[in-house]
Amino acid sequence: MRKFLTAAIAAAFVFLAGCASQETQPEAPIDDKGAATAPGGGGTTTSGIGGAGVGGAAGSGGVAGAGAGAAGDPRRDPKNILSKRSVYFDYDSFVVKDEFRPLVEAHARYLVANRNARMTVQGNTDERGSREYNIALGQKRADAIKRTMTLLGAQEAQIEAVSFGKEKPKNPGHDEAAWAENRRGDIIYAGE
Amino acid sequence: MRSLLRTLLLFLSITLLPALPARAQLTIEIVGGAGTTIPVSIVPFESEATWPLGITGIVGADLARSGLFRLVDYAGVVPRPARPEEVRVADWRARGADAIAVGSMRALADGRVEVRFALVDVTKSAVLASQVYTVAPAQFRATAHRIADVIYEKLTGAPGAFSTRIAYVTKQGPRFALQVADADGHDPQTIVSSNEPILSPRWSPDGTRIAYVSLEQKKPVVYVQSLATGGRQAVANFRGSNSAPAWSPDGRTLAVTLTRDGGSQIYLMNADGSSVRRLTQSAAIDTEAYFMPDGQSLLFTSDRGGSPQIYRMSIGSGAVERVTFEGSYNVTPRPLPDGKGIVFVRREGGRFQVATLDFATRQVQVLTQGPLDESPSVAPNGKMVIYANEQGGRGVLAAVSTDGRVKQRLSSTATDVREPAWGPLARP
Repeated sequence: MRKFLTAAIAAAFVFLAGCASQETQPEAPIDDKGAATAPGGGGTTTSGIGGAGVGGAAGSGGVAGAGAGAAGDPRRDPKNILSKRSVYFDYDSFVVKDEFRPLVEAHARYLVANRNARMTVQGNTDERGSREYNIALGQKRADAIKRTMTLLGAQEAQIEAVSFGKEKPKNPGHDEAAWAENRRGDIIYAGE
Repeated sequence: MRSLLRTLLLFLSITLLPALPARAQLTIEIVGGAGTTIPVSIVPFESEATWPLGITGIVGADLARSGLFRLVDYAGVVPRPARPEEVRVADWRARGADAIAVGSMRALADGRVEVRFALVDVTKSAVLASQVYTVAPAQFRATAHRIADVIYEKLTGAPGAFSTRIAYVTKQGPRFALQVADADGHDPQTIVSSNEPILSPRWSPDGTRIAYVSLEQKKPVVYVQSLATGGRQAVANFRGSNSAPAWSPDGRTLAVTLTRDGGSQIYLMNADGSSVRRLTQSAAIDTEAYFMPDGQSLLFTSDRGGSPQIYRMSIGSGAVERVTFEGSYNVTPRPLPDGKGIVFVRREGGRFQVATLDFATRQVQVLTQGPLDESPSVAPNGKMVIYANEQGGRGVLAAVSTDGRVKQRLSSTATDVREPAWGPLARP
């Protein structure tokens, strides 16, 4: 019964996630670098607390990439599986479940066919436990999705796996239904 | 006695209220009492009423809030003593005080104020401390905290932490802010605000910088920000996730968790982000590093044994030993300043609780009830732990003494407060 319920909920979320994937997000820059002076992103401002505080650089959001916003992009077609972007995980699990394999495989094929395409996979966890440990758990989910795609021929450089841990819950609730919705990996293409 | 304390606290909070700014501010109250308390009387300083914001009210509030002191009433003692030689010990013995603080204040020609203070042991008729501070009225609060530190140290043997600061993250609507305030919650200042989450603030050992993790670039990136200027640097912005910064005791090295080589592993880097070298080499999660006070080893959380547990690694040899064994979820290790044990979070029966572990005895003492306690941070004197929990669906801060006897609740007008970090004793 519980399994059925979970599957039903998950299926509903896949559908919802498909609907929600139209919303555009600023590109997550893939910078492989260490120290650098840091302008803010995400509407971030900094300040000091000394006498004469020099304000830190105010942020402009991520630079919008040259996204494929053109009509006919299969990734934007609600009828195409590529419009589905969320992979849900069981509690304490980092295995891409069979029901989400077609989705992940479709995106892998897209990456193989479009070698210039880049994506970020964002791992998420439910709200229980240490914030930093959850960053690592979310990373394991993002890594699992990435690994599935690279085994199917997508290139390492096309996919950046990152984690939000429990910091950005899609469902703010505190019950199993909310937790199930938050144990998730999201696929975001560069330029979206 | 408890009700007297409460009345006194209420009185103090009422008298202090007009001085508080209208920003989101933490207020701290004791919610669980200690066993024995030290009876001490803080007599208003001579001429203190000349200035709208006094000093002794703040001193008394500091001491009472620690849970280790009981304030003995001074009303009815006439004349009030202002110098040690004016203290008639019989008066104070009759009132049950062990010690009494007296002092005087005098305006100087340049606008500054000379504050004299002495602490008298009533039982031994001895002067325990005598200090003179020359300060501007804007420094009265800081002066009061220093006096409270002196009283605390003389009467308990441990350094006081009233002059320290705390950092924490607030969430107000969609907006996250990393704030720094005095240890009593006064004077909160936002050092960074963002529409994306901020977590894991960590003070540099000299108190001049804070490292933290921000998701503003749609991924976790570690920043180090100067408190004086607000200028900051992304010290770890590698491919993948960058998180869990920790300062070495000398402030030169940061430990961070990176995923750039696959999996979450711990790396060391110079505090400016240069010279990155990998420290842990496992196929498991290794994260939440924290340097031991001697800087020779690191505590961290790893699931290499199948469940998340706390380990300790020698930086020189790379040797790793497991620290926690009881239970299936032990995370977020923080060393006690004496290096003899740790504060950490454990899960027991689905409840997340703050606990201590003594290295010598292997004894675990649970300090809090849960159910969602997280992110403990130890005061630099090792006496209190500030941590986050949840009440009515919103994040709140609380504190507990490391012996579990004193419990404080930190209330805020902000909708959500989390990620507390207690600053060092050193104040720039």
